[in-house]
Amino acid sequence: MADKITVGYTHLSGCTGCTVALADNYAGLLTLLDKYVDLKYMPTLADARHIQQVDVSFVEGSVCINDKLAVEEIKETREKSAIVVALGGCACYGNITRFTRGGQQNQPQHESYLPIGDLIKVDVYIPGCAPTPELIRNVAVMAYLLLKGTKEQKDLATAFLTPLMKLAAKNEACGCDLIVDVINQGLCMGCGSCAASCPVRAITMEYGKPNVERDLCIKCGACSAQCPRGFFNTDVISQYEAINEAIMAALQ
Amino acid sequence: MGAELGNYKSCVSARSTDKELLKHAQDGGIVTQLFAFALEEGIIDGAIVAANKEFAAKYPSKCMQDSSNFDMIEPWRPIPAIVNTKAELLAAAGTKYNISPNVSLLKEATRSFGLDKVGIVGTPCQMQAVRKAQLYPVGMRNVGASIALAVGIFCMENFPYQSILQLVEDHAAMKMESVKKMEIGKGKFWVYGKRGQVVQLPLKITHKYEQPGCHVCLDYVANLADVSTGSVGSPDGWSTVMVRSKIGDSVWGKAMAAGCFETQPIEKVKPGLELVTKLANEKITKNKKTLEGRATFGVGKALRNPYI
Ligand SMILES: Cc1cc2nc3c(=O)[nH]c(=O)nc-3n(C[C@H](O)[C@H](O)[C@H](O)COP(=O)(O)OP(=O)(O)OC[C@H]3O[C@@H](n4cnc5c(N)ncnc54)[C@H](O)[C@@H]3O)c2cc1C
Ligand code: SF4
Ligand code: SF4
Ligand code: SF4
Repeated sequence: MADKITVGYTHLSGCTGCTVALADNYAGLLTLLDKYVDLKYMPTLADARHIQQVDVSFVEGSVCINDKLAVEEIKETREKSAIVVALGGCACYGNITRFTRGGQQNQPQHESYLPIGDLIKVDVYIPGCAPTPELIRNVAVMAYLLLKGTKEQKDLATAFLTPLMKLAAKNEACGCDLIVDVINQGLCMGCGSCAASCPVRAITMEYGKPNVERDLCIKCGACSAQCPRGFFNTDVISQYEAINEAIMAALQ
Repeated sequence: MGAELGNYKSCVSARSTDKELLKHAQDGGIVTQLFAFALEEGIIDGAIVAANKEFAAKYPSKCMQDSSNFDMIEPWRPIPAIVNTKAELLAAAGTKYNISPNVSLLKEATRSFGLDKVGIVGTPCQMQAVRKAQLYPVGMRNVGASIALAVGIFCMENFPYQSILQLVEDHAAMKMESVKKMEIGKGKFWVYGKRGQVVQLPLKITHKYEQPGCHVCLDYVANLADVSTGSVGSPDGWSTVMVRSKIGDSVWGKAMAAGCFETQPIEKVKPGLELVTKLANEKITKNKKTLEGRATFGVGKALRNPYI
């Protein structure tokens, strides 16, 4: 189909949880592949594995700079993709791979893992560990509208994606961001979104404010990205009803 | 009318027809009645509300599981909880004028509490959090589609727990455990004692104790709720109700048909929408100024703006 967007999936040092999250869209994923997306390469779900020229590439995992192949793959991904999406905490921020010190069989000398943004320019971030099937779906639909939609749809997709593009300016995340970027800035209103988002329950709400158990934090970036006082693009979120309906209709 | 009241399909003044329920409610019992109806009809299978110490003692398994020791929970400190019955709803009715992080239970509601259709009540900022969780579910897997009814309450400001403690015990000279009800209305902060005493504080005194995050808040009437409600605009014991979304419209319509509420046209009641509009404008204008001030806060240094 000519009006599909071409998509690739590069798998670096990630646990395949992001792949599973994508697959957990079930029928939604099949509709995406059927109507909107031509999946050119992907290690787990497609026959072709080698990086090709695409409109959008999703990258799972951080880059091990001690691994020549990984470094080549991330550079090739950048060179061959119009839009690069860092999928999941490891690609965005290093996440759990930030804690590695090497020594793991069968490549014990691999010890230096970087978020992909340290080596290439990244366009869109989808933080979280694992990222959610729903946000992957929403970004995929919006990427389609951005590239193939009407003028109006392009504007909506741009407005939707802009905050996720701005997240790409920063390659580090921690539960401490809630303290530094929200509470220290006088912005926290005590909703508890951060605590709900944390995959490892590092955040509890004490007297209406987040308390971060820093030793538990795996640096996935979900909490501060979910925080309404992290970003809140009122124009887009106010249209939640219409946008939700449109996405569900598109995936019917 | 400008944008200060958000989009809504209809607006009335209303109160629950259940006299017993009204005894527990803050105003017209809209929130408690609507959830009770939705539970009965299977529209929701549980709701996230702001409970308290007594509730936690009675229903410990319904409260947020965290490191808090419920014996240490002070009177009037809200605890987010999941309710599944009318008795539990009644036990969590009434306004607590300090932060109840209800959204912190949103994911857990669909996990350990096993809900498929979640109800949630919250302040306008918490309704914003709910909609962000639906559109940008960064850490909210399987949450968006399970939100079945989001009820917003009007909100001018909120307070940290310790602020309320200071206001009640220092300024109003009452013990927290002896307080029956707190209310902000008619330009004052009211504290009603269990033995009938009433103390009022001018809002001039309460302002400095407000939560700082409220000063950048641009929503007074929970624009993003399915149904939003507050006391302002309606006579004592009644509530102003704004029906906003398709879900809200459907649930409200069914509840009306079932005789859950008596209503009066909002145009017929005093002070009506005029006051709601005025207060909404005041809040938004003041907080827009705060946001502008943040842009030039230091010397060539800005504070962060969450809206851009
Ligand atoms: C901080 C705050 C400020 C408010 N400011 C205004 C105002 O300026 N103008 C106005 O008209 N109305 C305001 N309200 C709303 C008003 O006090 C009533 O809550 C509202 O009218 C609902 O009354 P009801 O009788 O329908 O609710 P009820 O049937 O009594 O139910 C109230 C529901 O709200 C929940 N709840 C109580 N406290 C909180 C909390 N802190 N956070 C989240 N949920 C809570 C309860 O658990 C209960 O489920 C405010 C409420 C709060 C919490
Ligand atoms: S999500 Fe943001 S605003 Fe809400 S409690 Fe956490 S830090 Fe505060
Ligand atoms: S506190 Fe939790 S959600 Fe936030 S970055 Fe750490 S692990 Fe992720
Ligand atoms: S004033 Fe705004 S930020 Fe503060 S509690 Fe109310 S709705 Fe939330």
